[in-house]
Amino acid sequence: MRGNHAIAEAAVRAGCRFYFGYPITPQNEIPEYMSDRLSKTEGGVFIQAESEVASIHMVIGASMAGARVMTSSSGPGISLKQEGISFLSALELPAVIVNMSRGGPGLGNIAPSQSDYFQATRGGGHGDYRTIVLAPSSCQEAVDLTYKSFDLADRYRIPVIILGDGMLGQMMEPVELPPEIPVKKLPPKDWTITGAKGRPSRFIRSLILDPFEEEEHNWKLMRKYERISKEEVMWESFSVEDAKMLVVAFGIAARIAKGAIKRVREEGLKVGLFRPISLWPFPAKVLKEISRRVKHLFVFEMNMGQMVEDVKLAVDGGVEVHFYGRPGGIIPTPLEISRIISSYYYQKKLG
Amino acid sequence: MKKVFSRPKSIKKNPFHYCPGCGHSIIHRLIGEVIDELGIQEITIGVPPAGCAVLAYFYFDVDMGEASHGRAAAVATGLKRALPDRIVFTYQGDGDIAAIGTAETIHAASRGENFTTIFVNNGVYGMTGGQMAPTTILGQNTTTSPGGRKERRDGFPIHLSEMLAVAKGSAYIERTAVNSPSNILKTKKAIEKAFRTQMKGLGFSLVEILSPCPTNWKMSPVEACQWIDEVMVKHFPLGVIKDNSGEKKDAH
Repeated sequence: MRGNHAIAEAAVRAGCRFYFGYPITPQNEIPEYMSDRLSKTEGGVFIQAESEVASIHMVIGASMAGARVMTSSSGPGISLKQEGISFLSALELPAVIVNMSRGGPGLGNIAPSQSDYFQATRGGGHGDYRTIVLAPSSCQEAVDLTYKSFDLADRYRIPVIILGDGMLGQMMEPVELPPEIPVKKLPPKDWTITGAKGRPSRFIRSLILDPFEEEEHNWKLMRKYERISKEEVMWESFSVEDAKMLVVAFGIAARIAKGAIKRVREEGLKVGLFRPISLWPFPAKVLKEISRRVKHLFVFEMNMGQMVEDVKLAVDGGVEVHFYGRPGGIIPTPLEISRIISSYYYQKKLG
Repeated sequence: MKKVFSRPKSIKKNPFHYCPGCGHSIIHRLIGEVIDELGIQEITIGVPPAGCAVLAYFYFDVDMGEASHGRAAAVATGLKRALPDRIVFTYQGDGDIAAIGTAETIHAASRGENFTTIFVNNGVYGMTGGQMAPTTILGQNTTTSPGGRKERRDGFPIHLSEMLAVAKGSAYIERTAVNSPSNILKTKKAIEKAFRTQMKGLGFSLVEILSPCPTNWKMSPVEACQWIDEVMVKHFPLGVIKDNSGEKKDAH
């Protein structure tokens, strides 16, 4: 399946019956698939909205009503959705937002890029908030993480971002799809607004004029973020045991890096891979532990250096962090990356 | 003793924060009365705006979900699509609906989204201190149209209700006012008809209500009510703008 189709199908199987979106390349296969799939699914609603701004606010409405709901876009569209993502965070509403990012800033291009890391992991919109950010590096993982993201969103009442890129969205791989969850079996929510039948009326709001109350609300959000930081960290490591140097990369860049590492390992270089899967919460603690053994970190990203800041924060000056990045939508090959890795490896006199 | 006047069941026992002579409290009450009379308190969901009526959830005793500035029509779309058997209404001011929320509103009407919008037009941004609104009439003084709105400098006011009437998906649109007892009664009838239009599933319904803002107009409440009659209705004429409800035309 194509990455975009796989994500859409996984969402429906996770119980998502509402999709609101707006066309933008390279994620158009998600709304296209959803329009067809949801029209054939009981209770399914698809709206092609008039803008990204409108679509994210439709997401807010459906989420308030208790539905599992998703939207998707790419960089420029995600910027427009940030207004709503800030509100989703303040209102504590679950939602899943897919960003198949592309080269930027501005309109940039439609080539795969990882330039939206900062936007995704720092909240992205106004105010003090975080969203869970998951970065798949294969179509199978895109399926698994999308499926899981609906549970995470509901459990923590938080927006979850699936951060992919044009390559993940467009490439085709065989996938194993999870079973379809019947919507009626989903855990009930006791905070939704559905009409005050047989209970006092409720309201959901983000305007909190009293600064003390607003502070309390922010502390509450922060406690939630701390809980997530403890419980929902995800990463993958590869060939770390005997490694003298560790490549740190996420998403598609990690896939490329893995190919490069296999190459340099054939030449006897002891290089491993650390791949954060949850970009927020960032697997800082485990990376710090590994860096006590492996003293050379090589961060590779398809941007000008964004995740590298989290890596530096994680190791807190304990080891040397080298960065190699390719911005603008360039996809380096594993061969290219293997050459750069080995040249740095020898430069550091590791082999 | 027979009780002849009381608070509607759908209005909470909280004192309104609105300024003296403001139209919001009257409009809140009318909506509350209509919800009571239609017996829909338990199935109604309101979407309050950003603006003076942002605290509407303290006053309406129905479920409410706050929208950001201008996005009420999109939030209501999501709500109503998820809960098609509930009654959903948005409550929006002129800046909210006719400036920042124009796209959301026109497209919701165009899609024939089956919810009701209460559009309170007082010709200014009230909560932020009386700046020029999209509905500020030519010559009207505001904090950002000093010397009065001039078409060459500030552009013309927008007649959003007339624009929405063009949309194929809108079913019922009427403009009323709350500056006199007779206009208040007509407003209530219009709100009721708009809700009934939704209950019949006919599509988008909207009542635009000309509402006094004595504070920002820098008038007494009485002068503000007179100004609606003498000036505002010349630019925003009252009456039914579109009616596909199939109901008999009301005498008003």
